[in-house]
Amino acid sequence: MRTTTSVSVVALVAFASSAAYAADSSDPIVIPIHNWSSQIVMSNVVGQIFEAAGNNVEYVTTDSQAVYESVRLGDVTLELEVWEGAFGKSFRAALEKGGIEDVATHDAVTREDWWYPMWTKEACPGLPDWNALNECAALFATPETGDKGRFLAGPVDWLKHDQERVDALGLNYTVVNAGSAAALWAEIAAAEKDKTPIVLFNWTPNFAEAVWPGEFVNFPEWVDGCDVDPAVGPNPDAAFDCGNPANGYLKIAAWEGMKDKWPGAYGVLQKVNFTNAQIAEMAKLVDVDEMEPEDAAAKWLEDNADVWKPWISM
Amino acid sequence: MAVADFSSTTTSGRGFRPGLSAMLLGLAVFLAVLKPFLPAFAVRLPDAAVLPYDVWFQSLFDFLKDDLGLIYVTRTISAGLEWLLDITANLFYGKHRWPYIGPMPWAAVAAVVAIIGYALKGWKMALLGAVTFVWVALVGQWEIAMQTMSVIAVAAPVAVFVGLVLGIFAWKFPRFEAFLAPVLAIFQTLPFFTYLLPAVIFFKVGPTAGCVATILYAMPPMVLMSTLGLKKVRSEVVEAGHMSGSTRWQMLRHVYIPSARTEILVGVNQVIMLSLAMVVLTAFIGMPGLGAKLLSLMNSLKLGRSFEIGVTIVLIAVTMDRMSKAWVVTQPVHYERGTPWWIRHRYPLLAVGAFIGITVLAQAFPILAEIKRGQDLSIGSEIDSVITAILSNDVVTGVTGWLRGFLVTSVLIPFRNALLWLPTISILLACAAAGCAVGGWRSAALASGFLAIVAATGWWDRAVITLYSVISAVCVAALVGLPLGVLAALKRRWSDPILIACDTAQTFPSFVYLIPAIMLFGVSDVSVVFAIFIFATVPLMRYTIEGIRAVPEEVAEAADMSGATRMQKLFKVQLPLALPTMVIGVNQAIMFAFFMVIIAAFIGTQDLGQELQKTLAGNELGKNFVLGMCVALMALAFNHILMRWSEDRRKTLGLG
Repeated sequence: MRTTTSVSVVALVAFASSAAYAADSSDPIVIPIHNWSSQIVMSNVVGQIFEAAGNNVEYVTTDSQAVYESVRLGDVTLELEVWEGAFGKSFRAALEKGGIEDVATHDAVTREDWWYPMWTKEACPGLPDWNALNECAALFATPETGDKGRFLAGPVDWLKHDQERVDALGLNYTVVNAGSAAALWAEIAAAEKDKTPIVLFNWTPNFAEAVWPGEFVNFPEWVDGCDVDPAVGPNPDAAFDCGNPANGYLKIAAWEGMKDKWPGAYGVLQKVNFTNAQIAEMAKLVDVDEMEPEDAAAKWLEDNADVWKPWISM
Repeated sequence: MAVADFSSTTTSGRGFRPGLSAMLLGLAVFLAVLKPFLPAFAVRLPDAAVLPYDVWFQSLFDFLKDDLGLIYVTRTISAGLEWLLDITANLFYGKHRWPYIGPMPWAAVAAVVAIIGYALKGWKMALLGAVTFVWVALVGQWEIAMQTMSVIAVAAPVAVFVGLVLGIFAWKFPRFEAFLAPVLAIFQTLPFFTYLLPAVIFFKVGPTAGCVATILYAMPPMVLMSTLGLKKVRSEVVEAGHMSGSTRWQMLRHVYIPSARTEILVGVNQVIMLSLAMVVLTAFIGMPGLGAKLLSLMNSLKLGRSFEIGVTIVLIAVTMDRMSKAWVVTQPVHYERGTPWWIRHRYPLLAVGAFIGITVLAQAFPILAEIKRGQDLSIGSEIDSVITAILSNDVVTGVTGWLRGFLVTSVLIPFRNALLWLPTISILLACAAAGCAVGGWRSAALASGFLAIVAATGWWDRAVITLYSVISAVCVAALVGLPLGVLAALKRRWSDPILIACDTAQTFPSFVYLIPAIMLFGVSDVSVVFAIFIFATVPLMRYTIEGIRAVPEEVAEAADMSGATRMQKLFKVQLPLALPTMVIGVNQAIMFAFFMVIIAAFIGTQDLGQELQKTLAGNELGKNFVLGMCVALMALAFNHILMRWSEDRRKTLGLG
């Protein structure tokens, strides 16, 4: 890896790399990288903080679901973005098997739900209230769905319950699963030209907000138990008659052996904490400003010294 | 992706049996018509009869992994591979590992490749090699390209070596060959999602898992080609070896392997091409480099820059392909006694000299060592605007919108529903009828047996949807590919551009055109069929061209002399003789389609691919394997029937 980018950081934290780090193993801390920008930049930011403190760091590209098995086995040391909605299940399954631990929770909240780009609202002014969805169903119809509206959902391995919600709330919609995030973006990009109304799965924080302004649909608010207990929520006979939690967690997970092998780095990791705005900023550096992730991380560290300096002070 | 037809060595059922086959087909139709009166178990296997294969396989994997300690064996292997990978990683892109001397300056690498190209086939090849590597450096992809190459530099030689050794064993011991052939066939038809989890669990996520997956995927043709080559060695050559008193090792080293050189090198060429085909897919399990970058670019919809990466992969693949093919036809040069050593080894000397010279120069001019971001000539955003302009053109969107509506409502959905409506028993019988027609009852039992296993796993409906996408796409591919292939074979002027288009379509990473497909046709079956179609048309065109060109000159002349018109000559002489080869093309197209239909899960499908994608979230190794086998078995059923027919037809026509 090129180390030139983190030279400035080395200078900044040279005083901080005190004896506390001497106990850390010289083996590389392995940080997984997935295929969305904020996670890549965040991994580089934390990696460069570790490197500046004298640790060896290596990045490895992995699948974002399969990574939990690797963390458990110790092949990968940590995971900086555990999304409640998307990876909660894999994470919990790994926690049960053992070998992985829940280190910290970011201030950032995640939200994943039905979403539409702003131009959709012109065609269907009743939005964002979910009751408007049925009135506008015909606007969202495609050849595959006939008269019904189409809701473009995320990949099946994100394990959402859109079909259940459609049934529980009596929505006149067919759920069509896209196979990847890229497929969702391609659909928005294709709809943008003619301002075709479209309602699809989206989440925050991510890069799309910067490119296509939009809003989440307001479903009946999430109440605990809505997903298991039919009695909770507006429809007394069905579960999933509510939106997703509007403030899902974003956690940091690590291999159980990390605290013994790299106690210094582990101490830092416990304090690592990002907000939505910071994550959006990191994504923007790559997605909009077209920087390389490692340069973006170095720039972010330079601009936000007051944010991360407290994490490394003893 | 030539799949071994292992049945040909085991079946003995001969001859064409229209009677039995027609009876089976009739029965299939009869049962389909009688569907309302059929017992439920003949329409669909009841849930109660579906055994928990996934649970069994899961326990088998757990037993192998933990109780038998297989994981320690595989982890030792991956430690060895990691050592090799660290060395290449240091040399190619300067990863901080022993021997701490890399990275090599890009200009030095480009110069060495150009010299190799010159040595193999003169100036044109030198130019191709130089242009490729200069392009990679100029668009600012040097480091990621070298990350990819550092893994391939380990995976390809290992695949060649292991493949050669297995090939030699298969040639020596027919029993081993009989065992190996079906294993290789399954390896080649297993969807890549099925490699993913075991590779990560047994071989550690990262370049090692990527390397292992590449080796497994690229090795089969090496085994097949070396066995084929060794079997063809002529007995006179072998006798000459014996007479000069060679030991067994000497026989192998100096007689057999040199005589089988051409086939072995074709195998090497295949290994290189398949390794490059895996560049993007292995990124899912930690392979760094071009593939990983491509995936993250796609996720922020940077089409232009992903397109550039696609061009890089195509250029590298074409360079390696042409160079290794040139190597196949170059015969070893024999020098006269007394030729000075520096003439005999002039190309290696030149290459080493250029490498050292440029490396020294690079100390003075850093631009020769590394082109930094900001200095590169990437035109990603310009390409972006061109692509968007094309995709949002009113005429284009009008046509695609109409096409999508028409295909979905009038063709695809009715066809899918019809297939789903058919009782399982009818499809099994129809498959048996096809098997019976080409190879007697053994083929019938084999082909319908494969499908019966799929039915027994309980994933029948999903499997039928997979089948529907494959058949639809291959039909469209045949409609376009066969006429184009015929045209290209008959008109020399057309054939070169079409063959170049074939090479490009085959090596261009499919992910890059998944996105434009979605922008044109939305998340729908039309996009899925379109994506498979691009991939499946290639072998259809290529084998058609090859088949027609291989029609013996004298036969074509005889047709001319007897006063046949061009159409008569084509339909009565050339096409019938080319048909066995064209059917191999159809078989390849179907194999490619089965490969691609799983990747189309990234667009959004409701078939086996979607279920496979789901197993990744839960780390369900057992279910993942069962689903993978379903795909492999369906592909093998087609493969068996088509290859069997083509082989018999060839023999009948006396084409050898």
